[in-house]
Amino acid sequence: MPLLEVKNLIKTYAAPGGNGDGAGAIHRVVEVASFTLEAGEQRALRGESGSGKTTFLHLLAGILAPDSGSILLAGREITQLSEAGRDRQRAESIGYIFQTFNLLQGHTALENVELGMAFGRGVDRAQAGALLQRVGLGDKLGHYPRQLSTGQQQRVAVARALANRPKLVLADEPTGNLDRRNAREALQLIREVCRESGAALLLVSHDERVLAQFEQMQDFMTINRALVTTVA
Amino acid sequence: MIFNLIYRSLRQHLLATLVTAGSIALASGLLLTVWVVKTQSQAVFAATNSGFDAVLGARGSKLQLVLNAIFHLEASPGNLTAADFEMIRHQREVKIAIPLAVGDNYQGWRIAGTIESLFTDVEYMPGHRYQVGRGERFFQIGKLEAVVGSYAAKKLGWQVGTTFHPSHGLIFNPQAEHHEETYTVVGVLAPTNTPVDRVIWIPLEGVQTMKGHNPLAATELSAVLVQLRAPEAGMMLNLRLNSPGGRLTFAYPIGTIVAELFNKIAWFDQVLTLVAWLVAVVASGSVLVSIYNSMSARARDIAILRALGARRRTVFGAVIGEAAVIGLLGASAGFAVFAGLAGSVAALIQAQTGVVLEPLQWNPVFCWGPAVFVGLCILGGCVPAFKAYRVPVAETIAPVS
Repeated sequence: MPLLEVKNLIKTYAAPGGNGDGAGAIHRVVEVASFTLEAGEQRALRGESGSGKTTFLHLLAGILAPDSGSILLAGREITQLSEAGRDRQRAESIGYIFQTFNLLQGHTALENVELGMAFGRGVDRAQAGALLQRVGLGDKLGHYPRQLSTGQQQRVAVARALANRPKLVLADEPTGNLDRRNAREALQLIREVCRESGAALLLVSHDERVLAQFEQMQDFMTINRALVTTVA
Repeated sequence: MIFNLIYRSLRQHLLATLVTAGSIALASGLLLTVWVVKTQSQAVFAATNSGFDAVLGARGSKLQLVLNAIFHLEASPGNLTAADFEMIRHQREVKIAIPLAVGDNYQGWRIAGTIESLFTDVEYMPGHRYQVGRGERFFQIGKLEAVVGSYAAKKLGWQVGTTFHPSHGLIFNPQAEHHEETYTVVGVLAPTNTPVDRVIWIPLEGVQTMKGHNPLAATELSAVLVQLRAPEAGMMLNLRLNSPGGRLTFAYPIGTIVAELFNKIAWFDQVLTLVAWLVAVVASGSVLVSIYNSMSARARDIAILRALGARRRTVFGAVIGEAAVIGLLGASAGFAVFAGLAGSVAALIQAQTGVVLEPLQWNPVFCWGPAVFVGLCILGGCVPAFKAYRVPVAETIAPVS
């Protein structure tokens, strides 16, 4: 049984404005008939800007609720959960790495990693420190994000994503804000720590250099059949 | 975790936190001061009677009579004759009658003429008699001697042996000539925390016969302080002496008459209290504005927390908790503001009336005041908390690709 199994997933957005008769235009952004990911697997999805890949990741993470369809994560149907249930599921089972790192500026590196544990299994300061040690920031525990380079900030974000011992790590253009050297190192680090922790990795990117490093790579347009169409 | 979030947020917005808590502290201090001074002054003034149950004076306002004879404020409504004193002294309901004559001052400090019995026979509070320091004594009738209240002595820098010339009138006029008589201080009263502390006491006939005073009024009195054998005995005297067409006023009971004063200035109390509450509401509004204004900057942080698994109610609670902590900090600091403000007001009241307030004495407002402030701050925090509750995670956290 796959770790992640998606079926007939549809997500639409109401477009701002309208068509003049009072009814709003609705855009279908995601329409995935079938998608699976095995436990421990690492796969990359290629997608251009506006292709709906971030929305797809948000649906998988439970940040957004789909209009219809099914998302089974480790045997649990996410779409049937309440918003609070999805929050809990995310806190316990999913790690998320953002393109813009999304570190809390008022928190130190260590505190940011602890936040990754806080809403799930609970804070384990020793483990948070060990994770930062693992990503090469053992001497920067008390540094605030503004005191770290962009590469170091992304390392903190990687440590935070792994902090709750997730089954699945979702990475959305994780190297988009890094230079070539840092991007290569960050990607290597993400793949290594996911492998070490046994977490599956689903990464979306449009950067061919990043995509080329994955043995398993799919074009998002081949699985997302949504055409940006006005349906009402 | 929620406490950690609150702490980090307060730390991150330290300046706004301090400014907002400061405004709460000022408002809280003001409310506590108004409330404590109001309730305590009413209680203390109503209980201030210097050991007497009633005051006899010329026909006029009872309140003016009490203010003049007990609080040593205001002018006497008129004079009594020696016969009036003898009349009241021999009433069977009367235990002690002390004559009082006023009309002179020393640099604005009131000089009152009385008899030695005031100091030797009267308890100004149950179990408390007037005392002077070791080697000092009360004045002797017929001599140019004075006994000085502790507060007046302290402010004038007087001690035993100090001499002075009284000035005519109750209000000090630097241009006016002083009386020829030279009085010598023979005793300084121990503090009584009553208006007596502000008075310079001399023998009764000293005021009556001082050179420059009307010789025809040489036996007249300003008032007679009356101690009854039983407090309820004053009812009959009250009916007899205050009968229509009479020329005397029997101010009884003193506490009730003083309470009338507070009834007359109740509107002032209400205005002060209203102002204090308005300041409280404005201060809680400042919590709302302070947190609300930072919500735009915080939206991203909130979205990140939500993406990490924080529930809506967690971020709602964190903002409410932050407002509550600001309220708590402000209300706590408000006690320091209160201590300073109330101390100043109490010193002013003591300087003007001799009545001593103890603002730090327990008052229920010390509990419900800060609680109300924290409540108002929580109320103020609800608006930004609701905004935090509604932060759209997906739109806020990352650009859609």
